[in-house]
Amino acid sequence: MKKLFQSEWLSRTVDAFLPVFATLAALLVGAIMLLLLKVNPIEAYAALWDGAFGSPNAVAETLVKATPLLLVALGICISFRGNVINIGGEGQMVVGALLATWVGLTFTEAPGWLIIVLALVCGFLGGAVWGGIPGVLKAYFNVNEILSTVMMNAIAIQLMNFLLRGPMIDPSQAELASKIPQTARLLDIFQLPRLVPTRLHLGALIAVVLAVLVYILLWRTTLGYRIRAVGQNPNASRYAGINVPRYMVLALLLSGAFAGLAGAVQVYGVNYRMITDGSASGFTGSAGFNGIVAALFGQLHPLLSIPASILFGALLVGANKMQRMVQVPSALVIALNGLVVVFVVSSEIWRRYRQRRRLVAIRDEESPPQPDQPEVQKEDAQQ
Amino acid sequence: MISDLFSTTVLIGILASGIRLATPYLYAAIGETFSQKSGVLNLGVEGQMLLGSFAAFYITYTTGNLWFGLLAAIMVGAFMGLAMAFVTVNLQAKQGISGIGFYLFGLGMSDLLFQKLMGTVETVRGFPRVSIPVLSGIPGVGDIFFNQSILVYGAYLLVPIAWFVLNKTTLGLKIRSVGENPDAADSLGVSVKRIRYFTIILGGILSGIAGASLSIALLNVFQQNMTSGLGFIAVALVYFGGWRPLGVLGGALLFSLVNSLQLWIQVLGLPIPSELAVMMPYILTIIVLVATASKIRSPSALTKPFEREG
Repeated sequence: MKKLFQSEWLSRTVDAFLPVFATLAALLVGAIMLLLLKVNPIEAYAALWDGAFGSPNAVAETLVKATPLLLVALGICISFRGNVINIGGEGQMVVGALLATWVGLTFTEAPGWLIIVLALVCGFLGGAVWGGIPGVLKAYFNVNEILSTVMMNAIAIQLMNFLLRGPMIDPSQAELASKIPQTARLLDIFQLPRLVPTRLHLGALIAVVLAVLVYILLWRTTLGYRIRAVGQNPNASRYAGINVPRYMVLALLLSGAFAGLAGAVQVYGVNYRMITDGSASGFTGSAGFNGIVAALFGQLHPLLSIPASILFGALLVGANKMQRMVQVPSALVIALNGLVVVFVVSSEIWRRYRQRRRLVAIRDEESPPQPDQPEVQKEDAQQ
Repeated sequence: MISDLFSTTVLIGILASGIRLATPYLYAAIGETFSQKSGVLNLGVEGQMLLGSFAAFYITYTTGNLWFGLLAAIMVGAFMGLAMAFVTVNLQAKQGISGIGFYLFGLGMSDLLFQKLMGTVETVRGFPRVSIPVLSGIPGVGDIFFNQSILVYGAYLLVPIAWFVLNKTTLGLKIRSVGENPDAADSLGVSVKRIRYFTIILGGILSGIAGASLSIALLNVFQQNMTSGLGFIAVALVYFGGWRPLGVLGGALLFSLVNSLQLWIQVLGLPIPSELAVMMPYILTIIVLVATASKIRSPSALTKPFEREG
C-alpha cells in the first residue's frame, strides 16, 4: 500500500507537469525549425524571453496580452468541461467589442464609471448571443458546434467590416478621403483605469477575479456541477433528470460571453477604438484561438489558466522582439502554439494509461490474485 | 443595375467561375469524407491546405515546374496527415482539439516560411486552361465546363472515383465498417489502425492538392492565411453532403456559386454592401447544416478513438 501511495504521488506530479513537458517539446521542435532556417535558436529564444520579461514595461505588456487570453480561456474551461467545443472565440470577441464600443460612442454624456460598467456588460451579452446561437443549434437541431462557431466567426468579421466602414465609421474618416475603417476614439473618461504607470489596466484584475468566480461556479454551484455532469456523461445526466440541451446551450453561451467580455476589455483597456484590417485577428490578435491553447494548457482549470495565459501572453510579446532582433517572423509563435496543443492532447494517453494501471493495481490489492497453480495445471493438462 | 446580373455574359461568367471555385472545396472535402467515414474528424484541413498551398507555390516559383510544385504539396499533405494519424490513432488524442493544433501549426508555419523564404507576394504562371476539343466549342456550356485547368477537371473526376471506392470496393467496405463499428471490424480481422492511417493520409494529400489548386491553378499567388477559412468550410461540406461524395459535390457547387455570385456583385458594383454579400455563403452553410443535421446520421464512431478491449 505504501508503495502504491508513493507511485501515486510521483505520477500526480508528473501529471501536473505534463503541459510543461509539452511546451518544452514544442520549443525543441521550434529550435530545430530555427536551425533549418539558419537562425541560432538560443539567440532567438533569448530575445523572446527578454521581450517578455526583460523590463518592468515588458512584464506589463505581457500581462496586457495575457488578459484577453485569460478571459477567453475561462469561457473555454466552461464549454469544454460541458463537452461542447467553442472555436468561435474570435467572432464572439468581435461582437462583444462592437456592442461595447457602440455604448461608449452613443452615450457620451454619461458618467465614465457607468459607461465602463455598461460596456463590459454589453460585451458580455454580445458574446453570449454569438455563442448562444451555435449552442441552440447544437442542443435543439443537432448542428455540430465546431462548424457553426467557425461560421459565426466569418459572419462576425463581415459584420465588423460592414459597421466600421459604414454606420460606425469615425466621422472624421468619413469626411477625409482616406476612409480608414475604424470607429471614433472613446472619450478619455471611458478608458479602463491603469493599474501602474504602464499600459497595464484594470481589465487584468477583473480577469483574475473572474477566474476565481468561474472556479467557484464550476465546482461549488449546482449549475457548474450540472454543466460538468452533462460534459462527462450526457446519458447519465439525462437519466438523473438534468435538462441536457439547456446546459449545453448555457455552456456555449457563457463561453461566448467571456470571449465577448475579452473584446470589450480590449477596446476599453488597450485600443480605445475599433479598427479593422479586414480580418478578425487584426483586432483580436487571435486571442479567440490562443485562449483555447491557454485553457488546454491550464488543464481546463480556471485558476491554472492564469499562469497559462501569462505564459502565452509572454510568447506573443516576446515574439515581436524576436522578430526585431533576429529576424524570425513572429508567426513562429503561432506554429509553436499549435504544437503545444498537439502535444498536450497527445500526452493525455499517458494519464489514461496510468489510470488503468492504477485500477488494476487497486483491484489486485483488494483481491489478491489466486495462486496460479491450478492454471498451470490446466495448461499442463491441455498439453 | 440588378438586371446586369442576368445578361448572358455575366451568367456564364458566374457559372464558369463557380465551377472553378469549387475545386479546392472538392479536393479537401472529399479527402475529409474518407477520414470521417473511417471515424476520424480531421479539423487540421485548413492548416494542411495552407502548407500545401505554400509548398506548391514555392517549389513552382523556384523550379519553374508546376508538377514539382504539385508533388511538393502532396508530400507536405501526406506528412501532415501522417502526423495527424499518429496523434489521433496511436496516441488517441481528442480529434477536434488536435485538429485545431495542426491548423495553428500550418497557419504559423506557412506564414513563417513565406516571410523567411519569399518576403513579398509574387505570382507564377499556373496550370494553363485546357480546352476539351469539340465540347469547349459549344456556346456557353463550353466556357462553363470545358475550358478549365487540369486541376479543376481532376476535382470533378475525384467525385465518381470516391463514390466508387467507398461503395463498390472492399477497401470502401472496410473504411465504412471501421467508422461505424470498429470493434466488429477489428474482430473480423480488419486493421482499424491501418485503415485510419490510410484515410487520414489520403485526406492530407487531398488537402495539400486543394491548397495547391489555389496557389498554382486558381489565383497563382501565395499570401499569408490565403485560405481564410476555406478548409473549415470544406469540413462543413462533409456534414452538409451527408458523408456522400455526391452530396459533397452538391454542397461545394452551391457554395462556390454563391461565392462567385458575390464576387460578380462586387465586380459589377451593385448597390449591395460587399460585406453582406461575403457573409451569404456562411449564413447559407448554417441554414443547410440545420436543415440536414437531423436527417443524416454521422458515422457512429466519428471522433471516437479506437482501443482494443483488454
